[in-house]
Amino acid sequence: MSAALLIDFGSTYTKLRAVDLAERRVLGSGQGPSTVATDIMIGMQAALADLERRLGGLPAFRYRLASSSAAGGLRMVTVGLVRELTAEAARRAALGAGAKLVGTFAYRLTASDINAIHELAPDILLLAGGTDGGNSEVVIANARRLGATGLACPVVYAGNRAAAEDACAALAGKTVIVAGNVMPEFNVLDIEPARAAIRQVFIDRIVRAKGIDRAQSAFDAVLMPTPAAVMEGARLLADGIGGRGGLGPLVVVDPGGATTDVHSVADGAPAANVVAVGLPEPRIKRTVEGDLGMRHNAATIADVAGLERLAGETGLSAGRATALLDSVARDVGWLPRTAEEIAFEQALACAAVKHAVARHCGTIETVHTVHGPVTVQHGKDLSHVNAVIGTGGAIVASPNPGGILAMTLADPLEPLSLRPAAPRLLLDRHYLLYACGLLNTVDPQAALELALAHLEPIAGENTHERTRRA
Amino acid sequence: MAANQRTLVTGVIGSDTHIVGNRILSMALEKSGYKVVSLGALTPAGDFVKAAIETAADAILVSSLYGQGELDCRGFRDLCVEAGLDHILLYVGGNLIVGKHPWPAVEKIFLDMGFDRAAPPGTRVETVIEWLHEDFATRDRDLRRALD
Ligand code: B12
Repeated sequence: MSAALLIDFGSTYTKLRAVDLAERRVLGSGQGPSTVATDIMIGMQAALADLERRLGGLPAFRYRLASSSAAGGLRMVTVGLVRELTAEAARRAALGAGAKLVGTFAYRLTASDINAIHELAPDILLLAGGTDGGNSEVVIANARRLGATGLACPVVYAGNRAAAEDACAALAGKTVIVAGNVMPEFNVLDIEPARAAIRQVFIDRIVRAKGIDRAQSAFDAVLMPTPAAVMEGARLLADGIGGRGGLGPLVVVDPGGATTDVHSVADGAPAANVVAVGLPEPRIKRTVEGDLGMRHNAATIADVAGLERLAGETGLSAGRATALLDSVARDVGWLPRTAEEIAFEQALACAAVKHAVARHCGTIETVHTVHGPVTVQHGKDLSHVNAVIGTGGAIVASPNPGGILAMTLADPLEPLSLRPAAPRLLLDRHYLLYACGLLNTVDPQAALELALAHLEPIAGENTHERTRRA
Repeated sequence: MAANQRTLVTGVIGSDTHIVGNRILSMALEKSGYKVVSLGALTPAGDFVKAAIETAADAILVSSLYGQGELDCRGFRDLCVEAGLDHILLYVGGNLIVGKHPWPAVEKIFLDMGFDRAAPPGTRVETVIEWLHEDFATRDRDLRRALD
């Protein structure tokens, strides 16, 4: 048997998936605590012991690949020039690399910005600004300011190529990696080189800096931050191999404890007669909603969705809902047990998924010009994606995952939102997306077939929505 | 890209879709050696400024054909100053105002707004290229004088 071990050093748990490469099946899974604060190996051993118990022995693994979001994830700060242009391009590059964005800055960094960056203590800082041959003043001035601080983290420079040398000189003494400009020409986005550079810094330095290398006897390589592995898995599932065998354009939604992540793999181009405005959209896009987290940020889910509404949907009194919300937000390990708690958890997940996907998807609006109305599109049109995949504990543990995934769908009452109209709804019950993203680096065919075989089709149980559309 | 190549931002301001003249102008300017960042039709005033910042443009050329130029261009220079582009060269041209008005009156309105040049309807691209040549030469001369 040819087996692979896929490891996710998560923020709370270290999760293992053992797969049989030839048979394209999951052999089993194991879990232990992520003991990164003491010694990550302790939790890793517990996870391996758990896996061994379930399998009745561990096979010889041909590959042992890991991703990590332990120790706070890959904490990044981005700096650009104009907020809607290079600053936005830098933000997208960092999110696309699987980072946890802790701060975004634009224009000239002020003394208080520098203080804020210092306090944020990022793992990597991404510095952009200016198109190639364009503005160099600001990015060099920002490099000087950063250079004069005790900031210890590596800097990825992805700004005006013509200013790279001066910026590097201004950052002398720090680790600087120069990547291609995130916006080489006005309104042209090129985030791939910066993404690759960030990933390389992650592999070369961050894994060690976070103490994950202490478990290195248990793995061959930590390849990427976990969100990047999920993204790779999503890309593989959408595109297949050499453009064949994939599901086509899709959306992945992942409501987690602190944030809800949404990934789309789709060009999102506007329909005929619709004009796209704003920065071009990346085909593979990740957004992270920091106010929509099932535990740490449950209170803000209630702010966004309205506590009354959440309570109403669950048949709870406002007082009871507030009390539940309190216990959820206080205890990251909270698990719903009673029927009432399960219903409340479901309402939270529905709200998080609904708002996160609505923000990820583009919108249209009608602009009245002198010669009549013109429809313009902001963001990506995802109405025609083939599939929506749900992953993460909140969906998998739900008694009604279809009800949560139905929240991603277009609603005839909100015609300006470009959400999926008629996708297949799929459940990543075995939490395989990250594993397939990792496996894709060594055996894409097995990774693709494994994922396809284990995604579970579910009915988008949301009858009133269906009838309304009919 | 030549190191000393000048960068120009062009576009049609406001809700104006008349793109033909702007495109002809942009192509001609590119051919005569400028780096042209062309924003196209339906461009809000703020987008000209944002593009000029990132690309460190030397001049912005605003087209307005549909007769609402006076409204759309109001405050354009102020926007530039606000963004730190105090000395950027600003031109405007097209069919700037509805109806028949004597050109000197129209021109004055736009020069008062802070544009360095306003082009009457039918201005040929050759004229625009000459203006740019002259104005950049004057700026270089002033700059050298200031440095001496
Ligand atoms: C073609 C055309 C249209 C087409 C545009 C197609 C397109 N997408 O480009 C359509 C049919 C869509 C159209 C619509 C309208 N149009 Co029309 N249109 C014209 C027309 C016939 C030609 C414009 C053109 O392409 N000229 C050729 C190019 C090469 O010349 P140019 O644009 O002037 O550019 C040259 C110079 O001006 C200069 N230049 C241009 N920009 C700049 C900038 C700078 C900085 C400088 C230095 C120089 C410069 O360089 C160019 C090259 O030499 C003109 C009449 C005319 N003969 O000019 C009316 C005209 C511009 N339209 C007019 C009007 C009123 C309209 C509408 C409002 C009509 C309506 N009620 O629906 C709508 C507005 C639509 C909108 N929201 O923008 C009026 C404007 C009146 C005014 N300004 O006082 C005009 C003048 C007709 C008229 N005499 O009434 N139009």
